[in-house]
Amino acid sequence: MSLLAIEDLYGGYGGADILSGVHLKVDAGEIVVIIGPNGAGKSTAMKSVFGLIKVRQGRITFDGKDITRLPTQEIVRHGICYVPQTNNVFGSLTVHENLEMGAFVRRDNYAGQFDKVYDLFPPLRERRNRPAGHLSGGQRQMVAMGRALMMEPRLLLVDEPTAGLAPLFIDQIFHIVKDVNRLGIAVLMVEQNAKKALAIAHRGYVLTLGRNRHEDTGPNLLADREVAEMFLGG
Amino acid sequence: MIEFIQLVLYGVVLGSIITLGAIGVSLVFGILRFAHFAHGDMMTLGAYFGFVCYVTIGLPFWLSFPVAALAAAGVAVLIDQTIYKRLRRSDPVILLISAFGMALILRSLVQIIWGPSNLVYASGIQLPIRFGELRIKEDHFYIVGGALVLVIGLHLFLTRTTMGKAMRAMADNVDLARISGVNTEKVVIWTWIIAGVMAAAAGIFLAMDTRLHPVMGWRILLSVFAAAIVGGIGRPYGAIAGGMVIGISEEVSTMFINPSYKAAVSFAILVAVLIYKPTGIIGARR
Repeated sequence: MSLLAIEDLYGGYGGADILSGVHLKVDAGEIVVIIGPNGAGKSTAMKSVFGLIKVRQGRITFDGKDITRLPTQEIVRHGICYVPQTNNVFGSLTVHENLEMGAFVRRDNYAGQFDKVYDLFPPLRERRNRPAGHLSGGQRQMVAMGRALMMEPRLLLVDEPTAGLAPLFIDQIFHIVKDVNRLGIAVLMVEQNAKKALAIAHRGYVLTLGRNRHEDTGPNLLADREVAEMFLGG
Repeated sequence: MIEFIQLVLYGVVLGSIITLGAIGVSLVFGILRFAHFAHGDMMTLGAYFGFVCYVTIGLPFWLSFPVAALAAAGVAVLIDQTIYKRLRRSDPVILLISAFGMALILRSLVQIIWGPSNLVYASGIQLPIRFGELRIKEDHFYIVGGALVLVIGLHLFLTRTTMGKAMRAMADNVDLARISGVNTEKVVIWTWIIAGVMAAAAGIFLAMDTRLHPVMGWRILLSVFAAAIVGGIGRPYGAIAGGMVIGISEEVSTMFINPSYKAAVSFAILVAVLIYKPTGIIGARR
């Protein structure tokens, strides 16, 4: 059974449907990448999992449980965390406080999780008392992911983590995604940088116009001619 | 020179009162994104609650103060849950107008219950303590000291407790707070509790410094808003700076202009800040 399954999903932001029949699944421990042209509904598909859009039809299950219309706070409790593309840190809070906010719904003792996050992102340890708004783009992305990891999620949703970053940081971010995955966390990622993303992905989906277009393993999609012409720059 | 120092001291007293009001306005704006026009009347209500505890029931002052403050906080939460909560998703201007309506309701209620005339906590004249040529009333120490304790308490709450941090997080980025699993409705309730306590304290201090009257809070509301905006609206720490700037300027201005134009001074500062540094002297959030 898949960890996450999106079945025949229709929905959007209240107006016309942006998703018109999306199917998607993520197995435990996988990296799955969604690519596609602008306006294909990639980010919307991801937001649907997190209860951030209006689902008109279809079903989303996580670990066998129906989470289709649950409030966001409940979804976090189930073990899914989401890293938005923009505005994904609390700028005036310190790095450490950002991480604390990630663990807001935890009632157990999570002190050890700070160390795990700092081990994963060493630059954050020395900047723990600095406001997150003063960090560089790459470091902010680390804070954003670190915040999400504080819940020790089983599935991490990451929306275009490399958007607007310098090339140097882009590789770093993909490394981080792989490191996170190595901890046993499944990752569902939307990414513009299709080539690099597919290179680290177990599987990938190509969406166009709110529908599934292709679905295959990362390497196969990279080798696919049509996909290459459309999204990988020839 | 002595007169100037004396006025600065009065300004610190007035500034302490304004600060406590402005903190509430700033917090509410930061979390709920609307200008809470009923805040002045929340102050009035808190002052009258203090009157009930201290004069009507006859509790000692140290007990009257927290009881009145918590009662005002309760009313603030009640108003939010019954009225503002229903409008949470509507346009901020609708919330603003409903807050204006709430201001009229509160003021009228105060007038119906306690009457339109002046009341005092303690009758008789309090003799000021003399420091050379400077005169300071005993109450002034309580007002400034009380404000200081509350501001330090607020600082500890905002930086040391999870709820306080969540409050700052939500003021920073509501969507991200929600995504992180922060219970935003709970944060809203805590915001009203703090705003209510601060407003009641401001009202009680104002009544100690002057006297109780149904429009006491409404009259000082312009100064309170000016302080919140001058300090950078949405920033509780800015409200402290703004409150002191407004309070001291208003008092010192009486050296040069008729005291009845005091409120105009805060308005002038407000306009000047909006023209030259619209984000406030500390820098408001975008």
